[in-house]
Amino acid sequence: MSAIPISWYLVLSAVLFGLGVVAFVFKRHIIAVLMSIELMLNAVNLAFVAFARARGALDGLVFVFFVIVVAAAEAAVGLAIVIMLAQNRQSMNIERENLLKL
Amino acid sequence: MFLLTHLWIILALPLLGSAINGLFGKTFSKPLVNTFAVGSVALSFLAAAEAVREFVLLAPAQIPFVKSYFTWMLGGETTAHPFRVDFALQIDQLTVVMLMVVTFVGMLIHIYSTGYMAHEDGYYRFFSYLNLFMFFMLTLVTGANLIVMFVGWEGVGLCSYLLIGFYFLKKSAADAGKKAFIVTRIGDFGFTVGILMVFATFGTVSFGEIFPQVSSISTPVLTTICLLLFAGAIGKSAQLPLYVWLPDAMEGPTPVSALIHAATMVTAGVYMVARMNPLFSRAPAAMLVVGIVGAITAFYSATIGLVQTDIKKVLAYSTVSQLGYMFLACGVGAYASGIFHLMTHAFFKGLLFLAAGSVIHAMGGEQDMRKMGGLRKKIPVTYWTMLIATLAIAGIPGFAGYFSKDAILEAAQSGPHANLILWLLGVAGALLTSFYMFRLVFLTFFGAPRYDEHKVHVHESPKNMTVPLTILAFLSIFGGWFAAPKLIGGTDYFEKFLAPVFASSAPTADMEAAPAEAVTPAVSLMHALVSWPVAVGILGLLIAWYFYIKRPDIPKKMAQSVHALYLLLLNKYYVDEIYAALIVRPLLWISANVLWHVVDEGAIDGVVNGTASVARGSGSELRKIQSGNTRSYAAWVIVGAVGFTALLVGLLGVAH
Amino acid sequence: MIAILLFMVCAALAVAGAVTLIWAKEPIHSALALVLVMVALAVLYLLLGAPFIAAVQIIVYAGAIMVLFVFVIMLLNAGVEERTNFSKLAIPGVILAGALLLEIAHWMFHSAIGHALANGANASTTEASTYELSEMLFKQYLFPFEATSILILIAVLGAWVLARKES
Repeated sequence: MSAIPISWYLVLSAVLFGLGVVAFVFKRHIIAVLMSIELMLNAVNLAFVAFARARGALDGLVFVFFVIVVAAAEAAVGLAIVIMLAQNRQSMNIERENLLKL
Repeated sequence: MFLLTHLWIILALPLLGSAINGLFGKTFSKPLVNTFAVGSVALSFLAAAEAVREFVLLAPAQIPFVKSYFTWMLGGETTAHPFRVDFALQIDQLTVVMLMVVTFVGMLIHIYSTGYMAHEDGYYRFFSYLNLFMFFMLTLVTGANLIVMFVGWEGVGLCSYLLIGFYFLKKSAADAGKKAFIVTRIGDFGFTVGILMVFATFGTVSFGEIFPQVSSISTPVLTTICLLLFAGAIGKSAQLPLYVWLPDAMEGPTPVSALIHAATMVTAGVYMVARMNPLFSRAPAAMLVVGIVGAITAFYSATIGLVQTDIKKVLAYSTVSQLGYMFLACGVGAYASGIFHLMTHAFFKGLLFLAAGSVIHAMGGEQDMRKMGGLRKKIPVTYWTMLIATLAIAGIPGFAGYFSKDAILEAAQSGPHANLILWLLGVAGALLTSFYMFRLVFLTFFGAPRYDEHKVHVHESPKNMTVPLTILAFLSIFGGWFAAPKLIGGTDYFEKFLAPVFASSAPTADMEAAPAEAVTPAVSLMHALVSWPVAVGILGLLIAWYFYIKRPDIPKKMAQSVHALYLLLLNKYYVDEIYAALIVRPLLWISANVLWHVVDEGAIDGVVNGTASVARGSGSELRKIQSGNTRSYAAWVIVGAVGFTALLVGLLGVAH
Repeated sequence: MIAILLFMVCAALAVAGAVTLIWAKEPIHSALALVLVMVALAVLYLLLGAPFIAAVQIIVYAGAIMVLFVFVIMLLNAGVEERTNFSKLAIPGVILAGALLLEIAHWMFHSAIGHALANGANASTTEASTYELSEMLFKQYLFPFEATSILILIAVLGAWVLARKES
């Protein structure tokens, strides 16, 4: 089969990552923001796998493995915080969480 | 040899006395203060006398006897001419003269002060300062290099300030102290530059190493150095144009005026010029300047003294005038005569001031001569001693002043560096001197009392004041007789004693006028007595007698007929006012408007406050990042990530 | 041929899912869009010759993490995304994001590494075998492997501590 140039995968990864950033900045719902983080991580995973393929080394795949694990842990803790916020404040709007204001 | 190797003892004794009185004197009784103060100076005098005794036993090759005690400053050891200043003291003939004068007259004045200041507050403080002054003055005259001398120089200036402003609660006294310090500072600036130039030219500041090198330095350089050093002398010795502090310095107690502003401190400039005579002798232009300044000051100051009414002010202007004579002597190469006059002046001017103090003390504080009169019979000791001093200063033969003043004027007239204009100024000044000094005596002691005899009880001063007067009177007569043999064709012993110090300035064989036919003693004596200085001295006495005793109404008529001139003289040529307008006021204006508002408030405060406001402003701006708005935090994270990536890719060349 | 077609389809699906994630008003729609993205990526991993990773992606990411998201959305009865006021900060933000993209693209296409990779000099031609992957995981990367296990422990504890009700 004709090989697909690696650059295509990388472009796709970049596009997905950019969309993730946009979502991160513009969405207001807390859970939507967390999901945009997951999207960014996925895009990065794609890049890693593409490079692993291009270099012929498996290190990229190992790293993807770890990224997935860390993403899981982070999603768990993040959602726990969301639950806590929901219990205390009854609002899922990230702009209302301004207790860090000086 | 003990004291020669331990000259520092002479200095340390007054310092010790000063420290003891200064630190603990407040709790001492007056006799105890006296013990430390007078005792330390007396011991210092005895030590100096012993040092002199050891000195005369030295062989000529050992003179000057220098002893270096420790290295005070050392810089640039690796260079060719390191800047090395040792705390080194030396003794040669000039030092001997100065030591004797300073310690002996100082001792007498200390004794006098125990009587004069007996009823003053701050008794211990006075003696502490006076002893401190003695220490610095002795440092000045025994220093073996310019820096040690400068330490003494500045130190006596400090003590002068402290003592002039002794009655510091009185504004005029405090101002006078400041004026003295500041005006002499101007001269000291030139002096400092001169010292620096000496170091740059000779590579050393030590006298012993400078003088042998003099012949290899070019004349313009030497002239510049001498003029700069002389600038310091102008300030310290109150010559034109920096004399203005000395009349104001009369605000200090009279013993201070006697010791510091007549006998010792103001003569430091003369001592310095005499000490540096090898340089001056090779810089004829500088010598001429010295002579001109001295002669003009002598005459100018005498004119002011003609009409002053405060007894101490007359003596102050007289001091300025006599210092002018000393510089005139140095200017015409007669260094020994200058120092001789320094010595005799210390005697008779010191006596004049002390006697004036005695008069003031007798009059209960009155200093205005117009309110005195007829004190002759009431305070006889004071009268006779003052009369002797006046005869000395007028140059009447037989008294000390005659020998010294005559020597100076003769050198000006016919010496190797003779200058007839200077001589003329000197003679005119002598006439005026004689006149106003006798005017002072006549106004004070003769005539009818012009004061209320019931209010003022004139009484003679106590013994501790009259005994020093008597001793100084004795010296005012016989203190000049070292030069007496010259009158009859012999040698001037004083000049002979000092000859080695001024060897490089001695007239060479071709400069000296070939002695004419051998003169007999009688002819020589006649030449000496029938001379212009003697003539004007006696003339001045006669005129004063005429004006103030025979026809006392003449002075008032003269004052009215040449009223403008009289006012000019009375107001000291308005020099103080001119200085105030030309120099002081612009300086104060610059100080207030430029330095205060612009530099201090604007620039310095601006920088400091500006830093604070920058910190505050940036803080309040940066604070806005912490908005509590999570999304803006997210946005900043993105910005950071973009920037960092750009950094990695673009700057660090990860890609290329 | 088939590979390219497959790639195009999956790429399109992934991008569509990402765009839907941004545009959706309900969070549940966003979550489902994200699942679509993940599945598409899994197919791409297969195309890249990493079957193990594709499987892990489906099992862990799409199957556990996204399920967790859906649970939370459902349990909390999360509301809708509110109408957003257009923020003026958005414009520079978008520009910056675009700049970031272009920067990375520039790097990719013009760097030496990029060229080397594009040549496919070292490209692997076979699938990555699970055996080799696990060998590397347990030999070279043993320490990070153990560390991640502790990380998961901490995450579990943290999640439990944060979310429990104060009694």
